[in-house]
Amino acid sequence: MQAAHGTDPKMTEILEKYTDDKSNLIQILNEVQEYYGYVPEKAQLAISEYLKIPMAEIYGVVTFYARFTLKPKGKYHIAICLGTACFVKGSEQILARAKERLGIVEGETTKDGKFSLEATRCIGACGLAPVFTVNGEVYGRATVKKLDEILDKIMENPE
Amino acid sequence: MKTLEEIKKIREEKRKELDLRVNTSADTREKHILVCHGTGCTSSKSPKILENFRRIIEEKKIENVRVIQTGCFGLCAKGPIVIIRPEDVFYAMVKPEDCEEIIEKHIQKGELVERLLCKDIDNKTVKKLDELNFYKKQKRIALKNCGVIDPENIDEYIAFDGYKALEKVLFSMTPDEVIDVVSKSGLRGRGGAGFPTGKKWSFTKMAKGDQKYVVCNADEGDPGAFMDRSVLEGDPHCVVEAMMIAGFAIGANKGYIYVRAEYPIAVKRFQKAIDQAREYGILGKNIWNSGFDFDLEVRLGAGAFVCGEETALLESIEGRRGQPRLKPPFPANEGLFGKPTLINNVETYANITKIILNGAEWYASIGTEKSKGTKVFALGGNVNNIGLVEVPMGVTLREIVFDIGGGIPNGRKFKAAQTGGPSGGCITEENLDTPIEYESLQAIGSMMGSGGLIVMDDSKCMVNLAKFYLGFTVDESCGKCTPCRIGTKRLLEMLTKITEGKGEEGDVEKLETLCKNIQKASVCGLGQTAPNPVLSTIKYFRDEYEEHIRDKKCRAGECKALMQLHIDPELCKGCGLCKRNCPVDAITGEVKQTHVINTEKCIKCGTCINKCPFHAIKS
Repeated sequence: MQAAHGTDPKMTEILEKYTDDKSNLIQILNEVQEYYGYVPEKAQLAISEYLKIPMAEIYGVVTFYARFTLKPKGKYHIAICLGTACFVKGSEQILARAKERLGIVEGETTKDGKFSLEATRCIGACGLAPVFTVNGEVYGRATVKKLDEILDKIMENPE
Repeated sequence: MKTLEEIKKIREEKRKELDLRVNTSADTREKHILVCHGTGCTSSKSPKILENFRRIIEEKKIENVRVIQTGCFGLCAKGPIVIIRPEDVFYAMVKPEDCEEIIEKHIQKGELVERLLCKDIDNKTVKKLDELNFYKKQKRIALKNCGVIDPENIDEYIAFDGYKALEKVLFSMTPDEVIDVVSKSGLRGRGGAGFPTGKKWSFTKMAKGDQKYVVCNADEGDPGAFMDRSVLEGDPHCVVEAMMIAGFAIGANKGYIYVRAEYPIAVKRFQKAIDQAREYGILGKNIWNSGFDFDLEVRLGAGAFVCGEETALLESIEGRRGQPRLKPPFPANEGLFGKPTLINNVETYANITKIILNGAEWYASIGTEKSKGTKVFALGGNVNNIGLVEVPMGVTLREIVFDIGGGIPNGRKFKAAQTGGPSGGCITEENLDTPIEYESLQAIGSMMGSGGLIVMDDSKCMVNLAKFYLGFTVDESCGKCTPCRIGTKRLLEMLTKITEGKGEEGDVEKLETLCKNIQKASVCGLGQTAPNPVLSTIKYFRDEYEEHIRDKKCRAGECKALMQLHIDPELCKGCGLCKRNCPVDAITGEVKQTHVINTEKCIKCGTCINKCPFHAIKS
């Protein structure tokens, strides 16, 4: 994880791409989320100074949109699609199994920082439903068994 | 920078070169291997397939063969899809390791790779794409170029009449004439509500303002819908061109497209299309010396369903929380940054260039009296042919589900189809012959919606489905108005109570009253339509609600709390697997004797169901 503060060169680099027009807020936040994996408080401060938007307003925007998170994600980020197509094909059971195996609910990260879990809305791979992703890689026509196999493989790995 | 003459020259030359894409008897020695690069096929490694083809062709020094990435062919269930032109042979579920065989057999020896040919629902092997039942009733207008051209190559777009409609508009039409053609075509908003597009354009043109904007709504949030994404991935330039035409018609020189950040491929291709159009001088100042300026900018959404509502979308483009504004004033008068703004969705724009080139009469001749043209649907759920379909308005749901979709898999029965996602309702067997039209779908308690069409078989519980959608709306309610923020939460709680077997007499009536209040009192479309899934499931499946409440029974077996597990003595062989795996020791029985579940101890975890090799455990 990169150091996240106002003077982080990467943060400066992101800000420099945009004018200080207030309507750029969400664009900037998207880049921050993409780079750090979450929106660190110090990044919010840097944006606040740059766009001259109060911190409270930035916090309001960050917490409004599902894509922005305030906590870092796990080393393995598991996202289970709960879009309608996947839901109809039984993705609820896959989510239930993931929660059971990892001991966390959606939106949380395990204490060791290894896993985080997310229930996403449609990722658009409806033809392969049900699907889940591990760090962005899509596993289609998924089953509880397939999830188990993948989790076993990751858990066996001693880092 | 290219002059108009140079663009015309590209069109002429490229069109000849690419004739084999659309003409099976094209006069050419070339072959084009088209590899689908839509999100579905990309998820199952189609980029690797493309790479392998290119590598093998280079290694073997094969000439006259090109490998091209395209947008979605539609039949996602059979992906990754590879098509070879001009002969139009269609290979399904191709794996990266199959490339060698395709090259050696098909390209070098001219033989078919039989094992990769697609089997239709009737088990007939199909060689060409349009021989499939899936394609027979389709008509591609919005998706015309999807699967034909390389979406990242502007020359290929230009070859198939690309930017020709813009040329026609700029040099031979007045803004009023453009609006007149759009109005006469009968095109209505494809985002769901079906507002006449021509009227929207004319309101925005008439609005007074020094600056006006054209906005494209690509915040396709309905879970299970991927129509707009496929257009942006397969043919991004057609949206660029249509937004320019709209800009010319209403007097705007700046456009924004608001796309979900969750659609990385669509975002990338659209941005590339903008860059290429700028490079060719198609976007920018004084385009082709016509005096018309236009430029476009991409704005990313960040995962909020409510931003599909037009005023919430404008708030979000302006960098704020996506909370809807009160209407009036409508965006046509006071929209983005307070200026008159035209907002249409992707599919609506995707029809524009074709209407301009072929005329209003042509478009109006397709479809029904009040709903003209075609509609794209993302067909998903318990149906054989999952994928993207475009049909003329007026086709019936039965034709979509059974003829195009190939019916229900695993020998199960059709129970309901859901259109309009969290804002829509379900359609049952008795209404399957309803034609696809804005009005007729509304009359049966559903709606056209943006095009998500989810089919459900008899293993689905309708109360649980309503609960699923309400869970979605509760998450996505922006919180601005009380009826939606608190009302949907109460609906979800009541539905949860019913699915947990704690429902009481009168709950259904309470649900109905609350639903009607939310519909009437909410600020925006999200709240006003959020009760629809509840109301329509009550309308058609009231008996299922009552069974849950009175008999504490879920006939589909989906509501776990209502599950009563028992072992079928006919099927049980007494192997003891269930007993050994039961986490709460609720199962007893001797070896080779029928086992029994103690329902008081049972926590309905379902482990025994999964473990039993004889499917003896029933709910």
